[in-house]
Amino acid sequence: MSIVEFRKTSKQFGDLKVLDEVDLSIDIGEVVVLIGPSGSGKSTLLRCINGLEQITGGDLFMDGISVRAGKAQLRLIRQEAGMVFQQFNLFPQMTALENVAFGPRKVRGVSAAEARAQALALLEKVGLKDKAERYPSELSGGQQQRVAIARALAVKPKVMLFDEPTSALDPELKQEVLNVMRQLAQEGMTMIVVTHEMAFAKQVGTRLIFMEHGKISVDGPPREILENPPNERLRDFLQHVE
Amino acid sequence: MQIDWSVILTFLPQLLAGAKITILITVIGLLGGTIIGTIAGLMRAYGGPVLNAIAFVYVELIRGTPIVVQVMFLYFAMPILVGLRIDPMSAAVLAIVVNAGAYIAEIVRGAFLSISKGLTEAGLALGLPQWKVLAYIVGPLAFRRLIPPLGNQFIVSLKDTSLFIVIGVGELTRTGQEIMASNFRAVEIWTAVAVIYLFLTGAMTIVLRTIEKRMRIL
Repeated sequence: MSIVEFRKTSKQFGDLKVLDEVDLSIDIGEVVVLIGPSGSGKSTLLRCINGLEQITGGDLFMDGISVRAGKAQLRLIRQEAGMVFQQFNLFPQMTALENVAFGPRKVRGVSAAEARAQALALLEKVGLKDKAERYPSELSGGQQQRVAIARALAVKPKVMLFDEPTSALDPELKQEVLNVMRQLAQEGMTMIVVTHEMAFAKQVGTRLIFMEHGKISVDGPPREILENPPNERLRDFLQHVE
Repeated sequence: MQIDWSVILTFLPQLLAGAKITILITVIGLLGGTIIGTIAGLMRAYGGPVLNAIAFVYVELIRGTPIVVQVMFLYFAMPILVGLRIDPMSAAVLAIVVNAGAYIAEIVRGAFLSISKGLTEAGLALGLPQWKVLAYIVGPLAFRRLIPPLGNQFIVSLKDTSLFIVIGVGELTRTGQEIMASNFRAVEIWTAVAVIYLFLTGAMTIVLRTIEKRMRIL
């Protein structure tokens, strides 16, 4: 069953077509890795799913709800689609624990004690139980991103959207974040990941999408595609990323 | 003429009564100004084109004219224009509300817009409505950045009350002026007036510093 569905979805910034009538259907349990040169529209594609970017043409459904259905519906979509950002975007005035407990408290209306217990469990899951009382500024980039993943998971989404989650991290810190993501995938979480980590795509991804000029140009099983790129530009692109 | 500091002691009760009125105008005026300024600032930052335009005109109108002219307008022109007669004290308070409000609007707008857009997106992505993002995430962060420029504006407004001498409000400067007119003790009286202002602004600075220290600027 498809959880995310693009139907001739377009996104234009002024005259610039960032997404050009994209058709794409993503099923529950898929781990979709989105790659492509900068400006190809991969981040925009991701951000349209939870309405951080407004689509300008076609339609887009997340969990059966159209992103054009209105503000209240959009909030429902966002509760079902957790997002992890390149720059972490943790709330700096809150501890790691408060960051994670915030969503359930303010969005789902969970009691303080319950939100706290859930948050602690999630921090343990990402290996940061001992940092619960630390502020984001006291954590490394990798730790911040793991807290950010826990924060997104706390709202109990059906899909996780990752927007270049490791691009702002040093190589040795990338692994700890990728490990958490790998674990999530193994648990069966539906994930859409914009990344340049080809090893991750190969190992964890169930589907690889290569985007160019606002269109999907390659879509298939990661291992096959990466070992035998079906088009010249993808081959070129892969040489630059490796 | 010999300088005789004991004169100050004689007139101190009178000066302090003036200072009391200065404080009254400042406190009520700034309370109102902060409320108006916050609303106008948020209208500028997040309102649609109409709300934004209204707030913009207000801010530009007030920032572009001297406060003395504003208070004269309120006190002398309003009764003729709309038949609304107000006492000098109300005119003074109103002038601070309107004047400080315009400057505070810009401070509020700047502080809110200086908070990284990524944090707003992170809040929205959790499924929060915009107002909750402002109330729980952006607001508390913006508030911390607000304090230093807000403190500056508070001090400016406090000193601006001295200009209400033009409509005859019995505040500190006016009181000094009246005492002076009767005994010509310029050095003593104006020194005393200046020192009282320094105490008032000093107290304000200490309060703001304390708040600032309690909150880490993030």
